[in-house]
Amino acid sequence: MSGIPHDHYEPTTGAEKWLHRRLPIVGLIYDTIMIPTPKNLNWMWIWGIVLAFCLGLQIVTGIVLAMHYTPQVDLAFASVEHIMRNVNAGHMLRYLHANGASLFFLAVYMHIFRGLYYGSYKAPREITWIIGMLIYLCMMGTAFMGYVLPWGQMSFWGATVITGLFGAIPLIGESIQTWLLGGPAVDNATLNRFFSLHYLLPFVIAALTAVHIWAFHTTGNNNPTGVEVRRGSKAEAEKDTVPFWPYFVIKDLFALAVILVVFFAIVGFMPNYLGHPDNYIEANPLATPAHIVPEWYFLPFYAILRAFTADVWVVQIANFISFGIIDAKFFGVLAMFGAIAVMALAPWLDTSSVRSGRFRPMFKWWFALLVVDFVVLMWAGAMPAGGIYSTIALIGSAYWFAYFLILLPLLGVIEKPLATPDSIEDDFNAHYGKSGAANQPTPAE
Amino acid sequence: MLKKLTLSAVAALTLSAGTALAAGSEGHIEDVQFSFEGPFGKYDQMQLQRGLQVYTEVCAACHGMKQVAFRTLADEGGPALPDDQMRAYAEFYEVFDAELDDTRPAKPTDHFPRSNDPKAPDLSMMAKARAGFHGPYGTGLSQLFNGIGGPEYIVSVLTGYTGETKEEAGSLFYENTAFPGGWIAMPPPLSDEQVEYADGHANDVHHMAEDVSAFLMWAAEPKMMARKEAGFTAVIFLTLLSVLLYLTNKQLWKPIKAGARKD
Repeated sequence: MSGIPHDHYEPTTGAEKWLHRRLPIVGLIYDTIMIPTPKNLNWMWIWGIVLAFCLGLQIVTGIVLAMHYTPQVDLAFASVEHIMRNVNAGHMLRYLHANGASLFFLAVYMHIFRGLYYGSYKAPREITWIIGMLIYLCMMGTAFMGYVLPWGQMSFWGATVITGLFGAIPLIGESIQTWLLGGPAVDNATLNRFFSLHYLLPFVIAALTAVHIWAFHTTGNNNPTGVEVRRGSKAEAEKDTVPFWPYFVIKDLFALAVILVVFFAIVGFMPNYLGHPDNYIEANPLATPAHIVPEWYFLPFYAILRAFTADVWVVQIANFISFGIIDAKFFGVLAMFGAIAVMALAPWLDTSSVRSGRFRPMFKWWFALLVVDFVVLMWAGAMPAGGIYSTIALIGSAYWFAYFLILLPLLGVIEKPLATPDSIEDDFNAHYGKSGAANQPTPAE
Repeated sequence: MLKKLTLSAVAALTLSAGTALAAGSEGHIEDVQFSFEGPFGKYDQMQLQRGLQVYTEVCAACHGMKQVAFRTLADEGGPALPDDQMRAYAEFYEVFDAELDDTRPAKPTDHFPRSNDPKAPDLSMMAKARAGFHGPYGTGLSQLFNGIGGPEYIVSVLTGYTGETKEEAGSLFYENTAFPGGWIAMPPPLSDEQVEYADGHANDVHHMAEDVSAFLMWAAEPKMMARKEAGFTAVIFLTLLSVLLYLTNKQLWKPIKAGARKD
């Protein structure tokens, strides 16, 4: 499967040959886990395993939770409390599932920003990147619908606000919103379909993950230098790579175990820290909470959604040239989805001849600013709308778009990249070899 | 660069904006040191029993607690009433039985009744439904050290009356330093020595407020002690696993890294 030359599975016994002729599944598994992997991968390459673990955790805990949950507006809230109070280990299952979503998003943001810094999205890995973005979109849909299921106040009002975004689409918006909700407002029909889709989407994510892995196993992994593995011969490729098993499996599992120590400390000792207290009040369509705030992982995009108010000049221009069809609300919706769209287009917006940010002296700083921007937007999204917070969110949103639409194309032209190493082997030897920092004294050659 | 990324991720995780809101009108919340705080914190059985007494004699007049079953009052890690006391306590309540089409004394499997007063919120999860601490700058980071502050919020509301009242749209409101907005519809529920504790514990307003808040925390999170134990076990075993995997990884990569030095 991989474009990098390596040993393939050879059936030896009669039974193996019998199976291999009919279904080469052992060969597929062998080739997948023995894929030659650049040996210079750093600790930012561990998030993929964390993500795979999260998907498994969410599916397993979710299936058990679904056995005890009731998707009906009068019973849903009480059924969650039934899980918390009466189901064996139900409180652990639910807290693992709820906090598992946070770990999932933390890992996906680390994974995405790693890709942005090391240019993992650049040719020939555009398909991997696009599939990744689709997975991220499915994750957002799944998380949003999952948060509605406990039928607390924030579930109900979050669902009302977010489905209201679709109502902002001119002309057809209201019909779309009614179609999504299954009625004029968030009600039993909404809860039922959200439960159904919340159960379905994780399996779509699992399928997309398989394609994601297939795609980067075809191109080979990127690595911190962005230099491709030499693939002239097997011997040459082996100088740059080690097989995924056992070298990276053990390394990734070590990282996963450390992350899980922190994760279980949060689940065990402060499981409601990342949640919202209002969601322990049963949904009440007649009482709006003082502040409707999404979960932390949606906040940067929520900030972008709210940043474009009617007094912003771009909104006024858009309103004028569209003869009033694009109002501030619709503009905000376009901006929010646009913020993800420009990220998905990064492979075609980045004009640099060098892949890794390590060798791009100007890019480095703008990228660091993007990370800061993301955190600032996250904070602004949690603050009440209006005043200084709107201004900060607007500046943050502007930088997000400027990074992808202006800086990425421009930097590739004006920046003079540093020299890249000739091979991954050179980079690895420079780090661990006699000229590296991490080495022990070696005798002179 | 990696350090920056890691730092920003830590910041992102701790920016628990979900719980971090409402900067404007929030009242003053006093930080109480409860026995159940921290990774090793446990409920104080006697305090929960006193809190149950305050709940029964004071709060239950208006408020309900419909998610809590009477039988759980006998559970270990809770008030842990002896079985006969728990049954006697349940019988003290009349519940409506649809099969009999009449009321009957409650059985252990029944739940506490709903609120008598429709304006009085259900107290089953009140200790988790309120956040006491939001700072600094609305980030909610102080919750890492203080906890979310639900029980503290309840204590502060119960002890936060100034004695001032005002009438608005025909209803009387009471000034309260902890309640968001400063005016609450609930009359001051507690007065000194209102509840006579069997264990002779101090029964001034502040002590009763603490006891009932601890009880409501248990009502909201009855499995807290089991959860902390499970979390602690998981942390210990995963730490051990991390060490073993670290050593395995180091050993595994040794020849590969040594290969680099030979060049």
